[in-house]
Amino acid sequence: MADDMDRVFKALADASRRRLLDLLYADQGQTLGALAARLTMTRQAVSQHLALLEAANLVATVKRGREKLHYLNPVPIHEIHARWIAKFERPRLDALADLKQRLEGDDDG
Amino acid sequence: MDKPAYVYVTYILTTPERVWEAITDAKISASYWERENVSDWKVGSPWEHRLPGKSPDVVGKVLEADPPRRLVTSWAPPSEPDNPDKISRVAIEIEEMGGKVRLTVTHTDLDAQSLKDVSGGWPAVLSNLKTLLETGRTLPDPYGAVEGHPQE
Repeated sequence: MADDMDRVFKALADASRRRLLDLLYADQGQTLGALAARLTMTRQAVSQHLALLEAANLVATVKRGREKLHYLNPVPIHEIHARWIAKFERPRLDALADLKQRLEGDDDG
Repeated sequence: MDKPAYVYVTYILTTPERVWEAITDAKISASYWERENVSDWKVGSPWEHRLPGKSPDVVGKVLEADPPRRLVTSWAPPSEPDNPDKISRVAIEIEEMGGKVRLTVTHTDLDAQSLKDVSGGWPAVLSNLKTLLETGRTLPDPYGAVEGHPQE
């Protein structure tokens, strides 16, 4: 559905939100406090970004006791991937991505 | 509850009953998951995840079953079905939400190698299930999904 896809792309169109997804990708199940401590942003700003990511279904949350744990939910990103990348292209694209990463190092785009 | 290793969510325009059937029916599960899920889905019963007609890749028990809302199963490799270090737990929650179904998969107690295997698998399975239930298409390649994508 168009609305769902729009939300995903809008949520991804922000460097801070991409950084939050990077942090969750590296370490799933973090609290708001843990995420805020790793970013130069107020807790309130992080909370707003997380709400936007959750509305786009890019972040899923689980309550554990009094804590709310945040997870990167890659299902919408997989839908984008499946839509435009043909299966036969994947090994070559993986090889190109590996090469680019080796030459340029890790970079947050 | 242990901290889940992964949480996956997808929203599907369908009913909880159809999601439950798609997960628990051997033939339907094989159409979007490649492998069929086989069990009588009673608490305590065994379940298997296998290529149709082959020996299973995953075995386990039904830990909770509340159709069409909640299914919890244990997952283990057939070579070590009782090794506690190899057993993980998958909780599937099916909730109706404003005409859609919110499907949540929570995978807990995974060892590092299984984590790596699973992290590529669930997103493909869930997006293929969504395509199947929303378009009626069966996907020839559950991990490709390109051929089955609806044209716009």
